[in-house]
Amino acid sequence: MTRSDRSLQAAIAASRFGLGALPGEIETAISDPEGWLVAQIQPEGGDIPQALGGGALPSCQDRFALVASCKAAQKAAGQDEILRNAAFKPLNDGFADEIMSRFWLGAVTPSPFRERWALFWANHFSVSANKGQDVMAVVGAFDREAIRPHMFGRFEDLLIASSQHPAMLLYLDQSQSIGPDSPAGLKRRGAGLNENLGREIMELHSLGADAGYTQADVTEFARALTGWSVAQGAVPPDQLGRFVYRANIHEPGPRTIFGRTYPPGQQDQAEAALRAFAASPHTAEHIARKLAIHFVADDPPPSLVARLKRGYLENHGDLAHVARVLIAAPEAWDPQAAKLKTPYEFLISSYRAAGIGPSDPRRDVLNPLSGLGHRPYTAPQPNGWPDQAADWASPDAMVKRLSFAQAFAGAHAPLQDPVQVATAALGARLTPATHTTLQRAETRQEAFAILLMSPEFQRR
Amino acid sequence: MTRQVLTRRAVLATGLSVTFLGLGAAARAQDARAFSDRKLVVIICRGAMDGLSVCPPVGDVNYSALRGAIALAPDQALKLDDTFALHPKLTTLYALMQGGQARIAPAVAIPQRIRSHFEAQDMLENGSGRLYGAATGWLNRTLEVVQPHRAIKALSIGAQEPLILHGPIEAESWSPGGRLNPNGDRVTAAVRALYQDDPLLGPALATGLQVQSEANVLNGGKPINGGDAKAFAVTAAKFLTDPNGPSIAVLSLDGFDTHANQGAATGQLANRLAILDGVIAGLQTGLGAQWRDTVVIVATEFGRTAHVNGTGGTDHGTASTVILAGGALKPGGLIGDWPTLQPTRLFEARDLAPTLDVRQVFKGVLREHMGVDQTALDTRVFPDSAAVRPVGGLVAA
Repeated sequence: MTRSDRSLQAAIAASRFGLGALPGEIETAISDPEGWLVAQIQPEGGDIPQALGGGALPSCQDRFALVASCKAAQKAAGQDEILRNAAFKPLNDGFADEIMSRFWLGAVTPSPFRERWALFWANHFSVSANKGQDVMAVVGAFDREAIRPHMFGRFEDLLIASSQHPAMLLYLDQSQSIGPDSPAGLKRRGAGLNENLGREIMELHSLGADAGYTQADVTEFARALTGWSVAQGAVPPDQLGRFVYRANIHEPGPRTIFGRTYPPGQQDQAEAALRAFAASPHTAEHIARKLAIHFVADDPPPSLVARLKRGYLENHGDLAHVARVLIAAPEAWDPQAAKLKTPYEFLISSYRAAGIGPSDPRRDVLNPLSGLGHRPYTAPQPNGWPDQAADWASPDAMVKRLSFAQAFAGAHAPLQDPVQVATAALGARLTPATHTTLQRAETRQEAFAILLMSPEFQRR
Repeated sequence: MTRQVLTRRAVLATGLSVTFLGLGAAARAQDARAFSDRKLVVIICRGAMDGLSVCPPVGDVNYSALRGAIALAPDQALKLDDTFALHPKLTTLYALMQGGQARIAPAVAIPQRIRSHFEAQDMLENGSGRLYGAATGWLNRTLEVVQPHRAIKALSIGAQEPLILHGPIEAESWSPGGRLNPNGDRVTAAVRALYQDDPLLGPALATGLQVQSEANVLNGGKPINGGDAKAFAVTAAKFLTDPNGPSIAVLSLDGFDTHANQGAATGQLANRLAILDGVIAGLQTGLGAQWRDTVVIVATEFGRTAHVNGTGGTDHGTASTVILAGGALKPGGLIGDWPTLQPTRLFEARDLAPTLDVRQVFKGVLREHMGVDQTALDTRVFPDSAAVRPVGGLVAA
């Protein structure tokens, strides 16, 4: 391979597989772009966002305790409106901390492919703070505890970790689902199944809507899932906010789900179904297509989907192997950048191009992303954020991107020569048209805003 | 002042030229003047809105037993007739119904029986009658078939453009919070030049800048708080009142997926319905005199189970309610038949059964309100749908 081939490859590696280049990143990757990406795959999984002052962010259990104390403070406030409103401030601040910590990691990480892989899976297993305070409190913990540790392991382990995390159990109402013929169900008239999590696991997380299962399969799986719940309410503090299996609400009996019968069981019954879903070629196809759409093109080459599907199946859903197959796929290196960055990717890559991190969670991250319709951890529906260019390129959205770029450049335009900045950010992807436009800019701010809005910076 | 005079003249000119072009064309030329004033707003309630709570059939003998704790008592709801009432949060809608400016279709479904939100929303919006049967939305195809007779525009309200508006004719879009001064600054000009060969980003930015400058005028430069449903809808409606503005607007409301703790007169669903009611109130206020030329359609991807589930909510069902509102409506009662909640009439023994295909309602509104030709409706807007007859008598002549 010649150096010019590798220059373009390094520029593609930093944008399509990464989060936009940090200053110097493309030069680091240039000797072996594929190797630079492969080296970011690690068995221990994704990087864990840290609290901004250093140290670990609160765990899921810590967050449950915080919600309980906020609710107690609100109760104690009585009719005092100011105190009542202040009671939940720690929870709102905690949510802002989670968003800021993850954003910060993205803005500074030297392993941006690893972070993109984490963001992909967090969106695949979407949980949303819009559900209410209980879920808002633990969306960040879900990302750190269920997604990141398993994202380079086997898909079945990731699927089980997601399905057993309190955030998911609350978000999709599983914690309240009761087997009608379980001991508790027989005593409580009106108690019964909730099939929300069961359906979304089959449709969104594993098999895919076109796999051919029926309503009866969904209901059977929902029965198998009964008992999967969260320790809440009057429980010992060391139990609060943990996954708990409740035998007394589990629907007894064997279950037949999507052509396979599972003997009567307990927690293991739904786990066996999840492992079977994970091993299905339908799941392999579903995951392969989503990955290809996310990383390569809205309408990806069928050969790429087939390659990723084979990679998934030949190694028992080992996601590190799937990541390596993606990196090695020739279709993934088409010089044409077909994807539009999401608002989150656009903001992170802007910070990376400037070589700085955000300083104020609300001003620098939450507010601009809310305006762009991409407030972290608040996907409107369980299928997560959309992943097609047309979804993010509405006229209004493009104006808001331009507005952000101008404000950001006004505050943070680097002091170097604009063409140097653009070359560090885009490498060989910088086009002659943008190069010329940057040279004509009258100020650094003007040039940097144009760079951020250039077609090659917006696309990846 | 000058602007008003000019635009009124522009409207007259449009009317005249449409009449002229309409001679011999498929459009109903004599009506073209009137159709050019018509406004259509489509509100998509995402997550599967529970029709049985929007217009609870409190007089249906099976209703309260099926619904248990989430059933509304007759004295909690706003009475419509011996069978139906409206949810108590829908006070604006109730007043409109009393005045003949709103109607409900209580048992409507998409063409195929699907219980995935996302597939069902695709089907609601692609209008093809088949899953993945079209990559464009039926409102975009409406713009296409109307375009030869009169060029009308559409507006997407919100940060993301919905499938219903996807297609070759670009829609405008707007959401609260933009503060850009688009008066031809150097960056904007440079970026527009760089986008000239980009088929996606170029047209999108150009349209967005145009809309943004209109929004600044409409709102006097004041920011709009997206959390205030009514104020948001008032501003959205003002786009439609601009003589050169869009004739069609789409907005999405979410949060209707009430699997648990749905509530009854108050609670989770009641809060969403209050927002919906606020949006309708805002549209009426913002449209002002043009409310009489307006139809609002409220639709959802499917309904929810007839019976309450084990967690005080409802799971994915089949038929739900479509609401029509607007001063252009012809006063009338229920749209479509009521299948009842008798156990033998429930679809798959669990859901309210549909008596209308949602396309029948859409076609009825497009034909009578927007003047879309029947053949175009049957073949292009809703392909292969000649057998799906439009509901008649929805819009005042």
